[in-house]
Amino acid sequence: MSETNTLAGPQRLLWRTAEVREVIDETPRVRSLFLSVTGWSCHRPGQHVDVRLTAEDGYQAQRSYSIASAPEAPQLAITVERIDDGEVSPYLTTEVRVGDRFEVRGPIGGYFVWTAALGGPLFLIAGGSGIAPLMAMLRYRAAVGSDVPALLLYSSRTFADIIYREELNQLAAASDGPSVVHTLTRQQPAGWTGPARRIDRDMLTEIGIAASAQPRVFVCGPTSLVEQTTQSLLALGHEANLIKTERFGPTGAPR
Amino acid sequence: MSPDESSLPAAPLDGNAVAGLLREVFIFDATSATLTCGGCGAIAQVGSARLYGGAMGAVLRCAHCDTAVLRIARTPMGLWLDMQGARSLMIAPNGAV
Repeated sequence: MSETNTLAGPQRLLWRTAEVREVIDETPRVRSLFLSVTGWSCHRPGQHVDVRLTAEDGYQAQRSYSIASAPEAPQLAITVERIDDGEVSPYLTTEVRVGDRFEVRGPIGGYFVWTAALGGPLFLIAGGSGIAPLMAMLRYRAAVGSDVPALLLYSSRTFADIIYREELNQLAAASDGPSVVHTLTRQQPAGWTGPARRIDRDMLTEIGIAASAQPRVFVCGPTSLVEQTTQSLLALGHEANLIKTERFGPTGAPR
Repeated sequence: MSPDESSLPAAPLDGNAVAGLLREVFIFDATSATLTCGGCGAIAQVGSARLYGGAMGAVLRCAHCDTAVLRIARTPMGLWLDMQGARSLMIAPNGAV
């Protein structure tokens, strides 16, 4: 019976009303929304929510967004990149105001999840707004005081496109903080000394955590980045079952 | 994740992107469950399968042999689930969300 109870424990997945409490522009195209959701149950780092918007005529549009906040945070945060011809992201990134309400359901997914109990080292690889679920892991790691070694390799187009730049600096500067390495693929500021190309096998060899350390690897970003990075990691000897991926489709452009 | 702004992306996503739709059928998180492919016998978590489709319907294909292991679609008649391409689904005791 206990096993049955374990499986039956979660409730049905219900749509709940989220109220926007705070809006932060992260980059010119990316915005974080801090939400208050009545009846929300605690998530695990890496999980996502479904967001549903309903127009006055009843038309509904639904998208999934990674949760960017730690479970310990008082509000649920999502980070949204504007897709100009999208149905949902233009509203969430330009029109939405504090006090607005829409529907969410979740937390969803148990595959792309890291908790301290899983151990480490933790090797996080992000492209563009793919940083969001990995940020939840880093925020959680800091909130629970985990000293699991952690490395974030984060690919952005330009310096101005780096999401959470200041907070990542602060996390990295803390004792037991993660190592954070940025690569800028399109344009670099004067004096930039970091990598300036797409993530490739050489970069993973020079900067990454060696396969012999058996890191838990989480890769999130555009499909092309995820595909190429996964192939490189496998070639470098990382075990497939230690690599978790989350792709953004359908184009190769970072979102 | 902010996966597909189009309903049928040309490039596949990961199976975890369809976790919300699967939670309308299963009381547990199906993307954490372990699926044995009916085509080649490969054993993998549902979340690692290739996903084609979006919020209204999707096909999950085995990452090794491309067999359609799970089809799910919302229609006016109801929600369809077709798993004839899967040999088994194993849900760990801690597989709950």
